[in-house]
Formats: sequence, C-alpha cells, structure tokens
Amino acid sequence: MKRLLVRVLFYTIVIGYAVITVGPFLWSLFTAFKMTPDINTLWVPLDRLTLANFENIVLSDEYPFARWFWNSLIVAAIVTAGNVIFNSMAGYALARINFPGRRVLFLIVLAVMMVPGQVILVPMYMLLSELDWINTYAGLTVPFLTQGFGIFLMRQFFLSIPRDLEEAGFLDGLSRWGVFWRIVLPLSKPALAAQTIFMFMGNWNSFMWPNLLTTSEEMYTLPVGLNSLYGEYDAFWNHVLAGAMFMTIPVIIVFIIFQRHFIKGLATTGLK
Amino acid sequence: MNAQPTTVGTKPAARRRRSGLFSDPLMGYLFTLPVIVSLSVFLIGPIIYAFFLSFQSFTFLDPEGAQFVGLDNYLKLFEDERFHRALFNTSIYSLGVIPVQVSIALVLALIVNSKIKGKTFFRVAYFLPTVTSTVAVSVMFLFLFKKDGLLNHFLGWFGIPARSWFDDVTFALPSIMVMAVWSTVGQFMVIYLAGLQDIPDDLYEAAQIDGANRWQQFWYITLPMLKPTTFFIVVMSIIGTFQVFDQMYVISGGDGGPLDATLTVVLYLYNKAFKDFEMGYASAIAFFLFCVILILTLIQRKFFGEEMRM
Repeated sequence: MKRLLVRVLFYTIVIGYAVITVGPFLWSLFTAFKMTPDINTLWVPLDRLTLANFENIVLSDEYPFARWFWNSLIVAAIVTAGNVIFNSMAGYALARINFPGRRVLFLIVLAVMMVPGQVILVPMYMLLSELDWINTYAGLTVPFLTQGFGIFLMRQFFLSIPRDLEEAGFLDGLSRWGVFWRIVLPLSKPALAAQTIFMFMGNWNSFMWPNLLTTSEEMYTLPVGLNSLYGEYDAFWNHVLAGAMFMTIPVIIVFIIFQRHFIKGLATTGLK
Repeated sequence: MNAQPTTVGTKPAARRRRSGLFSDPLMGYLFTLPVIVSLSVFLIGPIIYAFFLSFQSFTFLDPEGAQFVGLDNYLKLFEDERFHRALFNTSIYSLGVIPVQVSIALVLALIVNSKIKGKTFFRVAYFLPTVTSTVAVSVMFLFLFKKDGLLNHFLGWFGIPARSWFDDVTFALPSIMVMAVWSTVGQFMVIYLAGLQDIPDDLYEAAQIDGANRWQQFWYITLPMLKPTTFFIVVMSIIGTFQVFDQMYVISGGDGGPLDATLTVVLYLYNKAFKDFEMGYASAIAFFLFCVILILTLIQRKFFGEEMRM
C-alpha cells in the first residue's frame, strides 16, 4: 500500500512538472490559432480556430516575419560556420602544433572567456559605426565568428584523440592540413555536432547584440522583430503568439531530432 | 643573455622527441590566424578601449569633447542610487533564482535518471524551455501572467485576486524570477544527469549490502558525490544571473519599470550607454560587472583547475 502511494506521488510530480514546462507552449499555440475576439476566452471550440494569424504574420507586409526569419537564418548560419571552422583550427593548433607563442595564445583564450560580452557593448558599437557596419549583415556576423569558449572546448577534445592516428597520417605523406582535414576532423564528429548545435541555437535566440546593432525593421532578426511586434501590437495576442510560435517551433523540431547529441553535448560541455 | 639560448633550446627539443612532432611555426600561425585577428580586433581591442573609456567623460554625441576624469566614473558608482537599485535587484534575482533552480534541477535529474516509463519524453519535456529564445519565453509569460490571463484564472479557484503581475512594483521582479527558473532548470538538470551517471555503481551496491535504504543512499552517497557538480552549477548560475538582460528588457519595454523594479545592472549599463549616451560611465559599470564575474570565475577555476593545464 505504501509502495503504491509513493508511486502515485512520484508520477504526480513527474507528470505535473511536465505540464508546467509544456503547458505554456500548448497554451500559446492554442491562442495563436484563435480569432481576435476569442483571445481571452478560455475554451474555444476547435472549429473556430484559424490559420489566419500565421498567414498574417508571414505573408502580409505589415509584419515582415518572413524577412526576419531569413535574416536570422543567414546570420546564424554564417556565425555557426565561422565558429565551427575557426575554433576547430585554432583548437587543433593549440592542442597539437608546436609554435612559439602557443602558450601565451592559450592563456589569452582562457582570459577572454572570463570577460562578459556586455563589457564591450560600447566600444563594439563605436567600432562598427566607424566601419559603417551598423544595420548590416557584416555587423551582425563578422565580429562573432570566433569564441574563446568554443576554441577551448575543441582543444580539449583534440587532446583526447590518440596521437598514433595522426602520426600514421604523416608517415603516409599527408601534410599538416591533410591530417587535420582527413583524420582529425572525421574523428571529431561528436564535438563538431555539439559545437554546431550550440552555436546555431545561441545565435538564433540571441537578442542583446542584434537589438543594438540593427536600426531598421528589414534588418531585424526574429527575437528583435518579435519584441518590436509585441511592443506595437500587444492587443493582438494571437498575432504576437503566432510570431513566438513561428520562431520557436523550428528550434523545437531540430531539438527533438537531435536531442541525444544535444543533451550529451550540453552535459559534456557543461562539465568536461 | 648568453645562458638563455641553451636552456630554452633544450626544452622544446626534449618535447619534440617525446611527441614525435616537429615545431611548426608556419602551420601554427596559419591555423590560429583567423582567431588571432578576430580576437584582437573584436574582443581584446574593445576591452582595452572600454577600460580607457571608463576613465573618460565621453559621449557618442560629442566624441571630441571627451575628457579624462580619473576615477570619477568609478566613484559615481558609490553615489548613484539607480545603480544601487539595479545591483540590489540583480542580487535579489540571483539569490532567489539559484537555490530554487538548483533544487528543482537535482530533483528532475534524479527522476529522469531513475527507472520510469517514458524517460525520453520527460527528458525532452523538461528541457524544452531551455532551447526556446528568452524573447519568445517572455512574450509567452506576458500573456500567461496578464490580468485576465491563464495564471489569474487558475489562482482565482483558490480565491487569490487577479493582478497584472509584471506591472506590479512588488511582484514584477519575482514574476521574472519564476520565469527564469522555468526556462533554465532544464540546462542544469542535464549537467546533474551527467554527474549522476559518473557515480560508480559499486558505491550503491556496497551501501545496499550494508543495509542502507534509498534515502540513506541519496543522503550519504549521491549528494556528497554530486558536490563538485553542484558547485559548478551554482557558479555558472551566478554568472548567468548577473548578466540578465533580455527578459527585463522585453517585459519592461526597455526601461526596467515599473519604478525601476526590474532594473538590472546590464539593463542600466545598456540604457546609460545608448539612451543617456554616458558611455564613460557605462564602461565603468561594465568593469564593475567584469570584476564580479572575474572573481566568481576565478573561484570556479580554483576548483576546476585540472582542465586548464597545458
């Protein structure tokens, strides 16, 4: 009897917390399908639901969501590609190539990891306006192409690959680049996957920098666009929430597909 | 100077022999060139410039009129009551969020790690808020927490009067704290999960042989073994909570209202720099934040130093 009670209590907590985490998404999704007069009605029969809100935000000129989606995609793709390539190259050099200044460079990478991004808000803004890069793709991507933490993680991973494989590559006559490209990178798929996922996700969701660096609507990324949409049309909750779902659902789908890599990646990057 | 080359010369030679790899400066620099350029131009340069600015009276509107003001910007931090408010709010936020966040994360990790049905489903469900953008989460919660929103409907069943949670001076910050816990617990749950899986099974087997019940096993094995993980999570969480910005910006419309109730250090910095154009003072705030985070990171490094060695 006591065992059964414990089990019931256990599953109540388990399911209860899942309701708390998933509930707000379902409620927002439900509202995103409601017609404007129904927004504050708790239960709306399913046949009164409509796709019009999604059509409205994506297709109408009033809300350039399609454009913002495109901006987010371009920016996140460029930043992710840059980080995956450059962080891996630097991480490999720091792990495996002997060169003067390697130690100093590694210490610098460790040091900059400790600096919160907010410290450079002002000088970065000044630098980018000097370059005329405010409100351009260049301004949203070029400054963010490498990252201390990413370099550090790749270095740690490369240190764990057995050296013999690389040395065999050298004996077979591969160049340094050949060894890196044909032997080391194919062995690093889990680390590269984790890096790709986190960089993309972080960039897709980032708000502070694009909010500062974009000044006109057509250059907004999704989070900046959604914030401005909420600011202007907060009575039309169905539109605003359709926008929120529009930017969230792709991420959730990607997450569900890759959830194993994802959670493994987070667990390893978090601790080791 | 003469003795230098011999000592320096032998060391890399020994290393070379050990590793079987030759020193290769050209390749070393080619591989690190993009990172060296990018870090210098977009991170180290700006950091140095920010430090320089923090001793200046500087505004973007009149760059020529910049003046050296010594420590004035830093001294102003001691007198500026809005800054104190921002620091107070940030500390409350941090102190309120962390214990709740860490406890829930641990409980969820234990649940997801146990033998329950639908483990994957629950793991995904608990992690979902973590992958969602803070702006989308803020918008969702603004809707849930508004005066005629779902939360007030629910609380109405228990006779709790409806209020507009995010517009209320008393409740705005706690409401954002609830939201913060909701959206970040998943991340720490996963780190705990990794920690749990690293605990060797024989410890539990030995304890069972000694007759320890489940509760005792948790108290005397799991919890002590998770100590480094917990420490790591707490430090990460302090660092994260001290940089909070997005939620406050979206929910207060950028001004930290109502009546500065949701003003945080970074939001204040942002507004000082880009609304009041007091860039020098904003830089001083930035370095204050940097020092707080530096101290925390150094504490963490001291305990997790192993990884950092060459």
